Amino acid sequence: MTRLLPLLGILLALPAPAADIPRAERRSGFDFMSAPNREMQRDDMLNPGMLWVGEGEALWNRAPDSGATACSGCHGDAKESMKGVAARYPAFSGKLDRPVSLQQRINLCRTEKQRREAFAPESRPLLALTAYVAHQSRGLPVAPPQDARLDEHRARGKALFTTPLGQLGFSCAQCHDDNWGRHLAGSPIPQAHPTGYPIYRLEWQTLGSLQRRLRNCLTGVRAEPFDWDAEEMVQLELYLMQRAEGMKLETPGVRP
Amino acid sequence: MNMARISFPKTAKKGEVIEIRTLISHVMETGYRPDATGRVVPRDIIRRFTCRYNDTEVFRADLWQAVAANPFISFTTVATESGRLTFTWDGDNGFSHTETGDITVT
Repeated sequence: MTRLLPLLGILLALPAPAADIPRAERRSGFDFMSAPNREMQRDDMLNPGMLWVGEGEALWNRAPDSGATACSGCHGDAKESMKGVAARYPAFSGKLDRPVSLQQRINLCRTEKQRREAFAPESRPLLALTAYVAHQSRGLPVAPPQDARLDEHRARGKALFTTPLGQLGFSCAQCHDDNWGRHLAGSPIPQAHPTGYPIYRLEWQTLGSLQRRLRNCLTGVRAEPFDWDAEEMVQLELYLMQRAEGMKLETPGVRP
Repeated sequence: MNMARISFPKTAKKGEVIEIRTLISHVMETGYRPDATGRVVPRDIIRRFTCRYNDTEVFRADLWQAVAANPFISFTTVATESGRLTFTWDGDNGFSHTETGDITVT
């Protein structure tokens, strides 16, 4: 027993895994940034993400070369029709019998209604259209759909969030639930709320999706990243959006 | 296609200092980076930015590899007369983009 006591001491000294972040303590990654970076996001003339929003607007109104109609042909003025849409994605597609992210929804329109090849993951036109659509929800609260068909996927997303992954064996929750506000290699650990996507990340020197960001974290813990649009990616996004329920969307966000 | 954004006051008093801000979409590839296959990606940058106020050049900047992607350039000039501001970005691979905007000076 005496030999076991020091071990017990070590076990007790380890921080207990924290529960979910209390609602009142939730903070956007925006709040963890330096003042100049916050200013860069706040001022549309400084925010490079607005270049993609502008491109997305042009794509929205341009008919594809298949002879089918432009996005605006069905959906009209995005400023009206797309308001609040990004706040409720991912949503369940009855036709596909699975949840789809906003990018996947845009590509479904592209292939089914516009009869054109889907945009490649992380391609410029897909990011531009996603940014334009999501921008119409800027300032609106995240409002995940109360759809029972999503529950199982959300639960799997939460399980992925809390499961240790990769050679380093870290779960998302260990950093973003238990240690947010502290530092990792000099950078503040944010709470991982997906409120600004697609984001202009200074490290990337370009706009990128939530999936790109998740891949960064996955390779960071030396796990093999899930493939683009993999079921797991959408399930993680579902859980993250539920976790950020009620927080304001910021698209296009700027992050260091 | 909505490649650049410019911002300056549309009206100004004669002699007033006005701030002009520009942002353009460009990769600013340095020419030093290898791609996924190990080959160096050729340099592709904006080399020069100019601003003309009617027929007078009022601002010029040379850009280099160390400038970040999607360059933001901000500067001031004196509002002298009503007319047109012309912004031109020139770069590698024949890149050239021009934007214009009008200002009324009273």
